[in-house]
Amino acid sequence: MNIDRRLTELIKPHRAPFFQSLLAGTLSSFMLVGQAALLSRIIDGAFVKKSAPGALSAPLLFFALFSLLRMLFSWLAQNRAKEGTVRIKQELFTRLCAGTGSLGPQFAGSVRSGSLSTTLTKGVEALDQYFSQYMPQLYFALATPLLILAAVMTADPVSALTLLLSAPLIPLFMVLIGKSAGAMTDRQWNTMSRMSGYFLDMLQGLTTLKLFARSREQRRAIEEAGESFRHATMQVLKIAFLSSLALELTGTIGMAVIAVGIGMRLLEGQLAFQAALFVLLLTPDFYLPLRQLGLKFHAGKEGVSASKEIFALLDRVSGLPPSGSNELPEQLLRNHDIVFDKVSYTYPGAAAPALKQLTCTFPAGRTTAITGPSGAGKSTMASLLLRFMEPSEGSVKIAGNPIDTLSGNSWLQHLSWVPQQPFLFNGSIRENLRLAKPGAGEDELNEAISMAGLGDLVQGMPEGLDTKIGEQGTRLSGGEAQRIALARAFLKNAPVLVLDEPTSNTDPLLERSLRAAMKTLMRGRTVIIIAHRQETVRDADSIIVLQNGSIAQSGSHVELAGAKGYYAALHRQLPEDAA
Amino acid sequence: MKTFLRLAGLIRPFFWWMLLASIAGFAATGSGIGLLVTSAFIIAKAALQPPMAALQIGIAGIRFFGIARGVLRYAERLISHNTTFRILARLRLWFYDAVEPLAPARLLSFRSGDLLQRIVDDIQSLENIYVRVLAPPITAFMTAILVWALIGVWSPAAALVTLAFHLAAGIGLPMLTARLGRGINVSIMKLRALQQVQMVDFTQGIGELTVYGQLEGYRAGMQANEEEILRLQKKSSWIEGMQESMTGICMNGAVLGVLLVLLPEVPEGKLSGITLAVIMLAVMASFEAFAPLSAAAGRLEADIHAGDRLFEIIDAKPEVTAPAKPLPFPENHAICLRNLSFSYPGSTEKTLDGVTIDIPKGKHVAIVGPSGGGKSTVTSLLMRFWNTAPGELSIGETDISAFDPEELRRNMSLVSQRTYLFGETVRENLLLAKPDACEQDLVSALGSAGIGHFTKRLDNWVGQHGMQLSGGERQRIAIARMILQDAPVVILDEATASLDMPTERAVSRTIDALTAGKTLLTITHRLHGMERFDRIYVLDKGRVVEEGSHEELIQEKGLYQAMWSLQHMSAAPSS
Repeated sequence: MNIDRRLTELIKPHRAPFFQSLLAGTLSSFMLVGQAALLSRIIDGAFVKKSAPGALSAPLLFFALFSLLRMLFSWLAQNRAKEGTVRIKQELFTRLCAGTGSLGPQFAGSVRSGSLSTTLTKGVEALDQYFSQYMPQLYFALATPLLILAAVMTADPVSALTLLLSAPLIPLFMVLIGKSAGAMTDRQWNTMSRMSGYFLDMLQGLTTLKLFARSREQRRAIEEAGESFRHATMQVLKIAFLSSLALELTGTIGMAVIAVGIGMRLLEGQLAFQAALFVLLLTPDFYLPLRQLGLKFHAGKEGVSASKEIFALLDRVSGLPPSGSNELPEQLLRNHDIVFDKVSYTYPGAAAPALKQLTCTFPAGRTTAITGPSGAGKSTMASLLLRFMEPSEGSVKIAGNPIDTLSGNSWLQHLSWVPQQPFLFNGSIRENLRLAKPGAGEDELNEAISMAGLGDLVQGMPEGLDTKIGEQGTRLSGGEAQRIALARAFLKNAPVLVLDEPTSNTDPLLERSLRAAMKTLMRGRTVIIIAHRQETVRDADSIIVLQNGSIAQSGSHVELAGAKGYYAALHRQLPEDAA
Repeated sequence: MKTFLRLAGLIRPFFWWMLLASIAGFAATGSGIGLLVTSAFIIAKAALQPPMAALQIGIAGIRFFGIARGVLRYAERLISHNTTFRILARLRLWFYDAVEPLAPARLLSFRSGDLLQRIVDDIQSLENIYVRVLAPPITAFMTAILVWALIGVWSPAAALVTLAFHLAAGIGLPMLTARLGRGINVSIMKLRALQQVQMVDFTQGIGELTVYGQLEGYRAGMQANEEEILRLQKKSSWIEGMQESMTGICMNGAVLGVLLVLLPEVPEGKLSGITLAVIMLAVMASFEAFAPLSAAAGRLEADIHAGDRLFEIIDAKPEVTAPAKPLPFPENHAICLRNLSFSYPGSTEKTLDGVTIDIPKGKHVAIVGPSGGGKSTVTSLLMRFWNTAPGELSIGETDISAFDPEELRRNMSLVSQRTYLFGETVRENLLLAKPDACEQDLVSALGSAGIGHFTKRLDNWVGQHGMQLSGGERQRIAIARMILQDAPVVILDEATASLDMPTERAVSRTIDALTAGKTLLTITHRLHGMERFDRIYVLDKGRVVEEGSHEELIQEKGLYQAMWSLQHMSAAPSS
């Protein structure tokens, strides 16, 4: 059965509405039994006892009352279960978002695009049916048949015995269904998501298909894929539906056996008509909850498989070391060097460390450049500085304090970051800039924009600062996005500046015009600039050359250009190539 | 209504399948009624203690209906699932057909996979339009007719009472729930669309949010949105529960109503007690078919909204269509831009402003200039992603619109900065460029592209979007495609810009060797090895500001010379 222990634990804090739901549902079942008793009494009165219609008005009235109450209770049962479910979903969503937040960009970047947001939204949604339908149904599949069995027992013990004997067949079938349906749902789920993934891939790559003049031919491939997926899925379903056929037949055959049985005993005068009708009316409802459980089995199964992703994420979060809580005065940052003290870092699942026992100093108020071939560990250093991840060994220190002893905000609020591929949010340019300084005034925004070399661009836009950018608005080029990030850094005005290939997408002319602004931005701050382009690196006060996770060389441009090594080699290659 | 008809029109080819599934569904429900009715018949008859033989027919009926219900339900499930999958496949094809002519000009706002995913989800949700929206009313209607006929034989009055309650449950209630729930499903869908956008921002912009201390605030916004969704879901579930309960009340109302009509007739002898019992159970069983109706009403609204969103995308006019009588790609394919201007829709800025460029057959031409100068727009126009106006863009002295865009693209290879690889094997990705390529073609293309070692990995999966490969490897796959395509014209649009320096050099050398003798247009802002070009155009702010050979341009001491020396000054040892 799909009773997942961890999912059940989620109910605990919200059990009140679920209990109310079960209670209301049970009451509704009692009303059902009452209705059957009344209806059999009425028909018996008219048919066998030949009572005058007037004599039956009391049972008729009660029948009406019971049916109203029954519907009210079942409505209540459904609403309370939904209420509990909504509370669980809300709690999970909050925990998942908070968890993703604390796991940070390193985690978000390491999972396949889209799968994280799928877990957060569709994953949580897939639990809805598990809690609102499947879990309550588990209870009703047990409680309602028991109640009906007891009621039938009072009217006709022989029929009750028949029901009791046929009942164990149902759990047996359920287990069988569980097994086959489990495998079936997994496979169906897989083929379905593979098929939709395939289709998505085709839509995303449509431009490429067009470029090769293959887009119309591809139609046939999509058609064939759809057909073969359908065929495979139907093969599975043919078997899977057999188990629900078995369940259905148990119910109808049980019904037939009871009806024929009570018919025979009526014939022999061993049973009264009223009792017989009462049993007959209740028999379908004995099997119904069990059949419904069979139908909701998939919901249960889907909930459990969706929960795996959710719990994996929550487990990652609880495995995080606690964040420090010390506060850091800004003055300290202005005057102290940032030190990497024997820092090592190995990416999860990687064989070799990305950084090996790295020790270096970023002097306060000076500009230090990190360069080296791609894969040398440059961006890893930036991520460690930004506390997107914690060192495996050693620590990053400021004024002797490891930065992980500081509260997250206290460190980051003194830091600006210009990443290689800055993210632009769906919103206006103004909103994108205010991210760095929520209260920034119009003048400040305009100044930041013009310092970052975006003045002309923004003025040329139809709505200026209010022009929408990002996914759903105007697309900015890579270089323009980097300048938005620069403008953010101007606005934030923090003492420490981390620049990760800040102008890699900018053409040299523009870069020259930005250089003065960059100098202003960098003046008096502790700047760590990552670049593999010479023109960006050469003006730094000191340069660190990183190779294979260790420092290969360090010194000023003049020193390094004169010495043998990667720096000088890279340096010499350029003119040769151009010549 | 219009959307509904269009959606219904899409699934019309499956009319007979759907009808068959509906009939099977009706037969299953009817067997359920039959089972109850014959059971009631048996016990009512038995109560009168007739000879055993009188019950035989009832017993046979019970067995028949009992088995028939199970088997018919099984058949109905198989047919309706099969039909649903066919519908889904058809909807996908339909959408693909409709969207294919629109790419890429009309799909620019869907570049991210996350937003495209929403479209795929919309299509997926429409697959249920038959099972959840169209089938329930048909089954309910057929069931109701059966029951009216059955009851009407004995008591037209009882049949009328049943009809009244059937109408209430089948038409009144769905209308009521549709009114109460109006907009809820659509609001949920809209909020979900917003959530999708928030999720893109949150998961991809998490670094920025963290560094700028905005994570808490952003999360609060997301949670508020989720809370609103949940609130609406609760409301919708409230209405749905009410509808189910009201259907139950209708059923009990019908039972009561029929009892009130029939009870007086029994003692009078107008109606036998057996018939009374049979009719009562028939009335009760018939409502099983009405339970899914109101949910169908709510579902319909959501489906129409999903349909609207899809139609909105595909109803756009294609930017470029093939001419009725396309000309073949000319032998002399000199490309000529004369006084060409272009603005992207919705923009007042001229991306190209009176540009004149000549690319003679067999020559190598470069377009260089600052970013945002309009260089890549030239590629898009040549590839016929956009129509051109005003000005002239011709190939072999014939206007470009006279050719079939597909023919054009077959004869012009493009390697751009970002290569899209499909989540398939290396082989599949290569075959795209030359479907009939033999093993030897693939091996030699990979070898020429400098990734000969891929020969052993031809059947390896490249990962989603080719993520199993490095950036350099992806670009080399693109070059291998170019080799396979073997088109007379090659366009390189910043083909090596995303690579690191050593890789860039290696890839450039490969390309140079392969394009010897072909017509080549290179678009770049990195000025390395410019001497190899026959002619260089400098594009700035949409205008050609300089043109000539490398030497001439250096002499001119203009923008080109400034760019060139900037890129090479830094390389010289500082003095």
